[in-house]
Amino acid sequence: MMLRLSVSKRWEGFKLRAQLEAATPGVVALFGRSGCGKTTLINIISGLLQPDEGRVELDGVVLTDTRERIRIPVERRRIGYVFQDARLFPHLGVLANLRYGLRRAPRDSRSIGLDEVLALLGLEPLLARRPYQLSGGERQRVALGRALLSQPRLLLLDEPLASLDAARRDEVLPYLERLRDTLSIPMVFVSHQLEEVLRLATQVALMEAGEIVACGVLSDISLRPELRAIVGSEAVGAVLDGKVTGIDAEGGMAHVQLGGGVLHISLQDARVGARIRVQLLARDVILATEPPRGLSVRNALEGVIAELADDIGNTVLVKVDIGSGAAVLSRVTRHAMQELGLRPGMRVWVLVKAVSARGHAFAVAQRRGAGLT
Amino acid sequence: MLHSLTPAELDAFRLSLAIALRSVAFSLPLAVLVGYLLARSRFPGTLALDALVHLPLVLPPVAVGYLLLVALDSRSAAGRWLFAHLGIELPFTEGGATLATAVMTFPLMVRAIRLALESVDRGLEAAARTLGAGPLDRFVSITLPLMLPGILAGLLTAFAAGLGQFGAVITFASNVPGVTRTLPLALYTAMQEPGGEAAAMRLAVLSIALGLLGLVLAELLARRVYRLLGR
Repeated sequence: MMLRLSVSKRWEGFKLRAQLEAATPGVVALFGRSGCGKTTLINIISGLLQPDEGRVELDGVVLTDTRERIRIPVERRRIGYVFQDARLFPHLGVLANLRYGLRRAPRDSRSIGLDEVLALLGLEPLLARRPYQLSGGERQRVALGRALLSQPRLLLLDEPLASLDAARRDEVLPYLERLRDTLSIPMVFVSHQLEEVLRLATQVALMEAGEIVACGVLSDISLRPELRAIVGSEAVGAVLDGKVTGIDAEGGMAHVQLGGGVLHISLQDARVGARIRVQLLARDVILATEPPRGLSVRNALEGVIAELADDIGNTVLVKVDIGSGAAVLSRVTRHAMQELGLRPGMRVWVLVKAVSARGHAFAVAQRRGAGLT
Repeated sequence: MLHSLTPAELDAFRLSLAIALRSVAFSLPLAVLVGYLLARSRFPGTLALDALVHLPLVLPPVAVGYLLLVALDSRSAAGRWLFAHLGIELPFTEGGATLATAVMTFPLMVRAIRLALESVDRGLEAAARTLGAGPLDRFVSITLPLMLPGILAGLLTAFAAGLGQFGAVITFASNVPGVTRTLPLALYTAMQEPGGEAAAMRLAVLSIALGLLGLVLAELLARRVYRLLGR
């Protein structure tokens, strides 16, 4: 199962040239600053926009091929689309909105039913309402349910949380996580918020000025220098996928296996064996050249410096391999680098405060091997 | 109030209602089609179609009646064909009065429908597409309901204007009592007759009442529809 595309489109001084190959099921995040062509790309996948040249293929079915003049109409692609502005039909109630796609889906391909969607998205109390009586978050949930009920082979989400304030976003995000973990519908979502990518994506395609500049699993992408321009230098940091190996009952601490070491982080409701995604901001990661003693910091991972790169101002980003292919980033001053004699190949200890590491439960099976072609 | 009217005046009242109703009923589907073409399609004839549809709005009504007469009377090819094949005779008949009324009020209806269509969010139609709705399905399930306020407004405007058609009707369909003598024609006739002032006043008051009723009805309907759409 695969989404494969190679397309180009230009208009009004804007140029899009993108190649992407993504394993399905999985959640691909198209990540980049606004105006970089993310929405254009998913509109091409949905068929709402026609590329000047190129080909889009989903699970072996060609949806668009400009050379062979193939263009399957949007309404026959069975690709769900959750728009940024929800786009609920104002003349229909919530239930009729939900049923709109369901009634038009082929009978033999119905795999998700109304009751299941109602339970999954908590829509039961909203059924009798009309779209104008819903809050922004509720609207997005209904739009999500409506798209799911059309029995899509692929679900596209265009910044589904962008029009919501922080509180509403926190209200909708868990539902998206639940969808990812319980349904096997592949998703492509557009975002310019690292937080969303962190919590939802299994694979990230980094977009810049109409091109996909990097594509892969988030733990790899989080180390890419291109990311800094999008998230800002403050948010630079490694994202690691790990596993809970133990719980400190009294301290609310989880022991998370990351690379070759174990990190203690504060995490609510963690289970042993759960997959956890942890973000370690480069500015929160301290390096030591000897095993630390007498510190309040609980976490010390042993590693080897892989790379030193110039950062903003007179700081340096140090990439440290911590085993099993995992790496973290640390921001140190040039002064500290010289004093400690940091250089590639050197053995160091990575220190992280338990409270500064943010963990998110992440249940979907991780797949590697998908990437830029 | 109706019981104070003479049978002839009642006839005029009924005739006016019947002709206005029939004219809007017949023009509605065509007006939706033309409105759609004007708002959504970009074929080269759009400008000419637009001009043709709006012509009755800028021509003297008598000229419209005269042109209809030239085009459709028993000496014209179209008139002969209609009579021979469909048994329809338009000049000086109720059908003729209906046609003249329809032609005169058509631009009002098309304008309202076109505006309504232009205000429909294309994004909602795109959403319907992604949910599996084909072109006709989309039009019926999304576009048409969203246009409903505009269509209702167009219907009521055209109906109200239809009640008052004078020049085109009297030229094309003449002023035959009980056949083509509608309210305005009856009012005009009463004014021409000595001692007809009281009748003229009654008919004028009737016209005003009818007009007001139409306006109130339109407002109530619009409110209902807007509430339904949540605006």
